[in-house]
Amino acid sequence: MAFDTGLAVVVLGVAVWTIAARKTVAAVAGFVAFGLLLALVWVRLAAPDVALTEAAIGSGVTGGLLLGAATRLRRIEPSAAGETLGIGLKLAAAVLCILVATGIAAIVLLLPEPAPTLAPQVAKNLDRTGLGNPVTAVLMAYRAIDTLLEVVVLLLALVGIWSLAPDRAWGGFPGARHHADSDGLLAFVAQLLVPIGILVGIHIFWVGSTAPGGEFQGATILAAMWIFAVMAGLLDTPAVNRRWLRLLLVIGPAVFLAIGLAGFAVAGGFLAYPEAYAKVMILTIEVPVTLSIAATLALLVAGPPERPPNG
Amino acid sequence: MSLVLDGLSILAVCAGALFFLAGTVGLLRFPDPLSRLHALAKADNLGLGLVVLGLLFQAAGLPAALKLIGVWLLTLLAGATVTQLIARTVRPTEPQA
Amino acid sequence: MTGATLYGLCAAVLVGLGLFGLIVHPQPLRMILAFNLIGSGVFVLFGAVALRGAAAGFGGDPVPQALVITGIVVAFAATALAVALLLRLFR
Repeated sequence: MAFDTGLAVVVLGVAVWTIAARKTVAAVAGFVAFGLLLALVWVRLAAPDVALTEAAIGSGVTGGLLLGAATRLRRIEPSAAGETLGIGLKLAAAVLCILVATGIAAIVLLLPEPAPTLAPQVAKNLDRTGLGNPVTAVLMAYRAIDTLLEVVVLLLALVGIWSLAPDRAWGGFPGARHHADSDGLLAFVAQLLVPIGILVGIHIFWVGSTAPGGEFQGATILAAMWIFAVMAGLLDTPAVNRRWLRLLLVIGPAVFLAIGLAGFAVAGGFLAYPEAYAKVMILTIEVPVTLSIAATLALLVAGPPERPPNG
Repeated sequence: MSLVLDGLSILAVCAGALFFLAGTVGLLRFPDPLSRLHALAKADNLGLGLVVLGLLFQAAGLPAALKLIGVWLLTLLAGATVTQLIARTVRPTEPQA
Repeated sequence: MTGATLYGLCAAVLVGLGLFGLIVHPQPLRMILAFNLIGSGVFVLFGAVALRGAAAGFGGDPVPQALVITGIVVAFAATALAVALLLRLFR
């Protein structure tokens, strides 16, 4: 309990730093630290899968994305210091926020006492899904349609980002070209770390059926390794009009949707699995989805195309 | 036996926390980036190493212990790389030896 | 005060802080950061509710936890799109 109190205080302190820091880069650094501390909070909330996801996506890739944006914006626009709100408006905003926070705190303190829970129902049907990790069972069996829509949303965000490319770079290479530095330090570390990272990513994906882990966490690690290899100058980002890239992005949702539609014929409903083959179907969905999500996350961080495709 | 292990764990983790404290004080008080990097390296390598050593006594079996050591080694690698890169940005030319 | 209540109150403060940052900062990137803070607060609230629903041998109710995982991924997608729009705006 003392540990929880201390952790909550530190998390709130870092959150205050993120809001109150003067320089944007400092605020982003605070946000990354906030994400990692939040992963600890998730462990204390008995949610190790969420802790892995928060550390990987919430803190890792989001932090990288925001840091890149912060450094680019620092060069483009000076800090808009003249536009800050006056003290009166700040006080009014503070009062509003205190009211909202008090409202949510009241909800927390007035939650119904025998807490309603779906855990017994999850446990009752868990062995029929063939999985040992209840969160993966919820994601891939009980609420598989939410996961399908989530994968499609990622793809739609990517299409939205690609549509922001300027005309001359349409269908081209995202981001600036990174070259290996003269001493080759980053390239050396990338050559050492990327194989280990790929192994860890595949392991976390594979072990997610019985232990904390799963496809999103594993896919994020694979995406991070791709981003690292690009930053170290070992690879270039692929041009977005390449057919193999588009196939890689689409194969996950396509297989998911196909198995979903086949569920009508085989087991009586959308995304219904025949009982004896449930685990096989789930794995058949998970492997292409992991690859697609890894590619999608890496390309979301890479951004819109900036260099012409055939130049 | 487990009391001895617990005592060693507490000792090692406290020593690691001390190195983290020293590293943070160095980060905040040293005058220029290179010496701050030096302070951070102590926190990373020795501090984390002692914490991992303390946790090794509590580890449930060989795979868990190997994973803890793996975490320490990966942090060492990442820390060393980032330290080199930052130092090179701050002071790009080799000193005339 | 149980752990779930403590983290629920922490979540309430996070949402309040994030809302303050969203209103007060003029720079869009700081607004995106504050928005992510609000999102994290809401997720921790879900987590506190999940912790209260611990039953049947699980540490927490798995359904809200799975919803939070989906939420974190979708929040990242939204942040990526917002950042791309921001960079295009200032090009």
